[in-house]
Amino acid sequence: MNSLQVERGAEDVYLSRMSTGASYNDQGGAEAAVEAGQESTPTSSGAGAGAGAAFGLFSTDFKKNEDLKEMLESNKESLKLEAMKRVVGLIAKGKNASELFPAVVKNVANKNIELKKLVYVYLVRYAEEQQDLALLSISTFQRALKDPNQFIRASALRVLSSIRVPIIVPIMMLAIKESAADMSPYVRKTSAHAIQKLYSLDPDQKEQLIEVIEKLLKDKSTLVAGSVVMAFEEVCPDRIDLIHKNYRKLCNLLVDVEEWGQVVIISMLTRYARTQFISPWKEGAMFDENNEKAFYDSDSEEKKDQMEAKTYIMDPDHRLLLRNTKPLLQSRNTAVVMSVAQLYWHLAPKHEVTIVTKSLVRLLRSHREVQYIVLQNIATMSIQRKGMFEPFMKSFYVRSTDSTHIKTLKLEILTNLANEANISTILREFQTYVKSQDKAFAAATIQAIGRCATNISEVTDTCLNGLVLLLSNRDETVVAESVVVIKKLLQTQPTQHSEIIKHMAKLFDNITVPMARASILWLMGEYCERVPKIAPDVLRKMAKTFTAEEDIVKLQIVNLAAKLYLTNSKQTKLLTQYILNLGKYDQNYDIRDRTRFIRQLIVPSEKSGALNKYARRILLAPKPAPVLESAFKDRDRYQLGTLSHSLNTKASGYQELSDWPAVAPDQSVRNVEVIEPVKEWAPLVGKAKQRKSDEKFYSDEEEEKEEEGSDSSGSEDSSSSSSSSESGSESEEESSEESEKTSSDSGKSSSGSEQESSSESESQQKKKKKTKKAPQKKSKPAAADSDSDENGNGPVAPASSSSADSSSASETDSEDDSDSDSPAVQKKKSDVKSKPKVEVKSKKEVSLLDLDDFSPAPTTKAPKSAVLSSSLLSDLEGLSLSNVSPAIQVTTPSFGPVKTYELLHHMTGKGLSAKYHFPRQPCLYQPSMVAVQVVLTNSSDHSLEEIHIGDRNPASLNLHCFNTIERLEPEASVTVSMGIDFSDSTQAANFQLCTKDDQFSVSIQPAVGELFMPITMTEQDFSKEQGKLLGMNETSETIAMATANTSSQAISKQVLSVANVGVVSSTQNNIHRFAGRTVSSGALVLVSLEMKESSSALLTINTEKSVMASMLLRDLKQALAQA
Amino acid sequence: MIHSLFLINHSGDIFLEKHWKSVIGRSVCDYFFEAKEKAVQPENVPPVLQTPHHYLISVYRDKLFFLSVVQTEVPPLFVIEFLHRVADTVQDYFGECSEGVIKDNVVTVYELLEEMLDNGFPLATESNVLKEMIRPPTILRSVVNTLTGGSNVGDTLPTGQLSSIPWRRAGVKYTNNEAYFDVIEEIDAILDKSGTTVFAEIQGVIEACVRLTGMPDLTLSFMNPRLLDDMSFHPCVRFKRWESERILSFIPPDGNFTLMTYHVSSQNVVALPVYVKQNISFLETGSCGRLDITIGPKQTMGKTVEGLTVTVHMPKTVLSANLTATQGNYTYNLATKVLVWDIGKLNPQKLPNLRGSLSLQAGAPRPEENPALDITLKIQQLAISGLKVSRLDMYGEKYKPFKGVKYLTKAGKFQVRT
Repeated sequence: MNSLQVERGAEDVYLSRMSTGASYNDQGGAEAAVEAGQESTPTSSGAGAGAGAAFGLFSTDFKKNEDLKEMLESNKESLKLEAMKRVVGLIAKGKNASELFPAVVKNVANKNIELKKLVYVYLVRYAEEQQDLALLSISTFQRALKDPNQFIRASALRVLSSIRVPIIVPIMMLAIKESAADMSPYVRKTSAHAIQKLYSLDPDQKEQLIEVIEKLLKDKSTLVAGSVVMAFEEVCPDRIDLIHKNYRKLCNLLVDVEEWGQVVIISMLTRYARTQFISPWKEGAMFDENNEKAFYDSDSEEKKDQMEAKTYIMDPDHRLLLRNTKPLLQSRNTAVVMSVAQLYWHLAPKHEVTIVTKSLVRLLRSHREVQYIVLQNIATMSIQRKGMFEPFMKSFYVRSTDSTHIKTLKLEILTNLANEANISTILREFQTYVKSQDKAFAAATIQAIGRCATNISEVTDTCLNGLVLLLSNRDETVVAESVVVIKKLLQTQPTQHSEIIKHMAKLFDNITVPMARASILWLMGEYCERVPKIAPDVLRKMAKTFTAEEDIVKLQIVNLAAKLYLTNSKQTKLLTQYILNLGKYDQNYDIRDRTRFIRQLIVPSEKSGALNKYARRILLAPKPAPVLESAFKDRDRYQLGTLSHSLNTKASGYQELSDWPAVAPDQSVRNVEVIEPVKEWAPLVGKAKQRKSDEKFYSDEEEEKEEEGSDSSGSEDSSSSSSSSESGSESEEESSEESEKTSSDSGKSSSGSEQESSSESESQQKKKKKTKKAPQKKSKPAAADSDSDENGNGPVAPASSSSADSSSASETDSEDDSDSDSPAVQKKKSDVKSKPKVEVKSKKEVSLLDLDDFSPAPTTKAPKSAVLSSSLLSDLEGLSLSNVSPAIQVTTPSFGPVKTYELLHHMTGKGLSAKYHFPRQPCLYQPSMVAVQVVLTNSSDHSLEEIHIGDRNPASLNLHCFNTIERLEPEASVTVSMGIDFSDSTQAANFQLCTKDDQFSVSIQPAVGELFMPITMTEQDFSKEQGKLLGMNETSETIAMATANTSSQAISKQVLSVANVGVVSSTQNNIHRFAGRTVSSGALVLVSLEMKESSSALLTINTEKSVMASMLLRDLKQALAQA
Repeated sequence: MIHSLFLINHSGDIFLEKHWKSVIGRSVCDYFFEAKEKAVQPENVPPVLQTPHHYLISVYRDKLFFLSVVQTEVPPLFVIEFLHRVADTVQDYFGECSEGVIKDNVVTVYELLEEMLDNGFPLATESNVLKEMIRPPTILRSVVNTLTGGSNVGDTLPTGQLSSIPWRRAGVKYTNNEAYFDVIEEIDAILDKSGTTVFAEIQGVIEACVRLTGMPDLTLSFMNPRLLDDMSFHPCVRFKRWESERILSFIPPDGNFTLMTYHVSSQNVVALPVYVKQNISFLETGSCGRLDITIGPKQTMGKTVEGLTVTVHMPKTVLSANLTATQGNYTYNLATKVLVWDIGKLNPQKLPNLRGSLSLQAGAPRPEENPALDITLKIQQLAISGLKVSRLDMYGEKYKPFKGVKYLTKAGKFQVRT
């Protein structure tokens, strides 16, 4: 009673305040008074103090609800509002307020919007429980659905559809149908949401709902798109046919849909694309880069390869999807970025996937939970594509403040990324982690070291030694983990057993942790036959200290004794008996039991019977090695970014990503009769303009032209410039991609490792140069060029400009790929016994993995080289020529076939043979050098030692040698890379290739075309530059063309095979332009080829280097004349 | 998609629940509590959990767990991002995101949640839109509301929701038109024992505070946009324009927002503003240790380093610290084992030093790892990457706004291994 009175009192105060309009101070006073009341009666509520503070106290008190009922039934709006606020407070707390239903539902028609909203909240929560009463409110909503205000219509539909009362399903159905045709996109959006609600309430309505979805899918509003796709996913994800007609529209709208809608649409389109387009990955090559290796041996096979590439032309719609999702990588919403990343992962040609790397790494700056999910996905990706994340390895370094699961995931990724080139850096990093205070993490690190050791045979020994040292660690988890890992490593390397076990026996006296002692004893017993001298001695020692050992150690002593007895009973019979006797009277019953068991098992007696015969097989059975492999190994069976992927189990409602169809389904299903420009667009000057050009690009007739063009592109030059250049560039991109891979597998990739490893030692001397170099972005500005081009040309010739866009975009993509992909490939090439191996071995003395925690800090030398090697790595990404105007960018080559030249024949080289080729990569060591890769093969029957470069001629020749190769086994070959500064002349570089015993003079004479670096520039820039290089700087000749070479694609191919130049996109389809610059002096070289009738053409070369021009002209003429 | 949301405080009480579909009993949270129990540290609770019928996705922020229940496949990041957005919105509305604040404003929070999701699918998450529908509480408004009986709920449809620029509300009016941009850069670095940089990079963010009347169309350009390597934008930024011209062109939301975040290309050598000389050692015998830390300026570009603090997470066995600091104060929290040395301004003439002894639990083994030092610092009026805003232009409106750009460099995750 008392409480009720206080409540009343408070209310009175509240009311009086309302009526008299008391000042703010007074209000405070009132509150204070109420609070005082509360103190005296703890069960009461501070009703007047405002709903927020009040609800917590009265919720347990049943009478309070009576009170609320009265308030709700009063005439004062403010009282009602107050009461509703408290009711909502109750709901929020999860308290039951269902008995207020009649009182609340009366207010559903109230005019006050806030009150109304609160009533809606209540209704949605309790309608299910009080269905009959809830029906009273329905008519209100039906009326509101006709309201002229779209906001009211939408909210009425929202509430109506949220009331889960089966009886009103027909009413809901009707309302949804009506709203789906509403004028207001906001109402239509709400109706899309309502579809899902109705479906979950009554799945029988599916067919009718699908009709509504079909209708809403046609909606052109960005507001609706996300919601309707969500409804589609929920109701009928298998009705892929509904998407066809809307596919292009969805792609084009995507950028402007709100973030959440983007996520849903992208994941739906991923599924769609997997059913509608053919694989952009080569046959069976998806994650198996080894396959490609087979192609790279001879030129003839290469051609076959290109033929094959020609057969795949990406569906323009497929390209559209990839192009339109790319900008979303820049979204601030992590879910959007992730969904684009998974789209690229599942849909893009392999070399394009790398563009998502940076964005994914960026997400690691976000919240802990985001990091968790992103790292999981990166872990899965990094297993298949090391190259994608290797440049960002340092972003995965662990900080001591990371939470444990983040640390473990980072560790997982670092382990996945480990290869011969970076293993030393990674191991050094692991060394820090092993000492972590977080023991679970330290244990995980040991596992990781074990995995590195098994994967990379070069460091197995180092790792093993490091792990052995860890056995003396104080922490049991660390020790236990080390033993497990050592055991595994020992099982894979049977020959090494004795060394390690001997070492462990030596350490044994210093180790006090019982777990470690026991583990060593186990190993000793398991491999006792390999250490026949030591094992009995250890047993002897143990016999002495048996009584003082821990139980766990005692058990292992008994085991060791038993095993030795079986293998070496002569020496150990007495010892074993002594130990068994000790064990028999031990205090611990486990040990007594074990002793008794073992005695019966091994010592033959009349009682033991048959079991005794099998003692050896029981005790010395081969034990399976624990498997050390990534926990993310088969995660890729789930679509990335999904809940199922994160949990590694199939979540309910998970939609399987189908395999690519073997034959593409009919493309024309996506054709739409009329595409109207999107009207949603506000009058934003800049944005609207760009939009227009986008739309024009995808207008319908354009579409058809393009398809025609792509059909004819292989055979003849199509008349429509836009379409031919589009399709041409696309297929060309494919072929260049192929050939790029070709070369990268054969030599470049291994040289990638070579470069990195040698850089480590080189780094000391190179340090200054490296840091001085002003790095520069390449890929982005290049893309920017093409975009500005589009802006300039947009309204005039939209089609051509956008095709230019696509072609240059593809160029930059492939370039990205060549940078980062090659290390991944290199990993797979196990047969290349390249130098890193040698180097790592030679470094062993320095101790890569110095895990001994007794020893002082590692030498400072080691980390330095790590840092430098990374700066070298990053140099690979950006190479700059400071005197270039911003519009002209050096790019990596669009590839021509790589010719291999003989440097040294094995007859003259006494078994050593050498071949070289120009990888057409920017040289790592100095920008003015031309990169040369040399493949050294030992075809003699003895191993060659100390292969290095000796004297050079002329002596001033600026040459970057490869590091001395300590030893080359018979039949082995190694790829090394060199840099040679030819000073823009084709004069041969003579030098001596030396082995330990012999010296061979060799010379490398470059073709003139190899002395260039490709650059990209716009057509305008090309013309401008060409204008500056007239007169004596111009060399031209009319040449005869082979008929096979008249297509633009063939021309590019021929020109690129001769010279390392870049293709300049051209709007005139009878003129082909190429641009490059000389490596040493950086002089521009512009090649243009104007097609004339009857297979002749005017070839013009503009450059300051007239000698080179004439030589290049000769080479080009020859190349173009032959089929 | 998102079925229900539970807000759980540090001690494991559910203090708010919201269901967007049918009601799910609280008992579902028991699985979460189990995981929480196991994880010891709240940061170690796995963000995604599986229960027999539901999936629990949670984020931990400001000592609160935002736990959402989902029933079917959904991209986990979608939910996580949304939950963080909820926390951001609460922060934005009430100035902080804490249990107390949410409890005090439970109705407003509940209304917000109602607006943010419809049937588990995000409906309105833009703060500008939400603020039109549900007005944030201010002292003035609560007074006015009590006098007039008005409410916090907007009575019109938020216009932003319908236009092509959902992030900006219509009819904005200010007497003082101003646009401020803060370029804030954070240095993430790991230094090793010997002071060598293991890893260092610069992350930047441009925070904007724009109060401009009408529909201004702004462009912001940089002197050296090439420095920017990877960036993410507020949805208002026209991406194409950036791609082609490296200019940020946008119609800004009203009020505070993050315009872009960026990463400075990794080729650039990061200039670290300070160096740290440290020596922490634990003696093998006698259960004590020694600590000696000195911080000095390295590359500060002539600016003063301020707000310098060093945080050390000591091993569990360290009982107390007896140190003397030549500058600033230090505190050692016995419960959390965190040593914080608050230095303040860095004086290049007299380098701050902290030295003394640590006493360890008797009999406990010597800690194997020396604790890492986390450094925070601030440098006003400097963007360490050298990024400079060259100009800000406004189109579309007649008036002349007041413009300003501020630079600030901070230490992000700046860790020194010892």
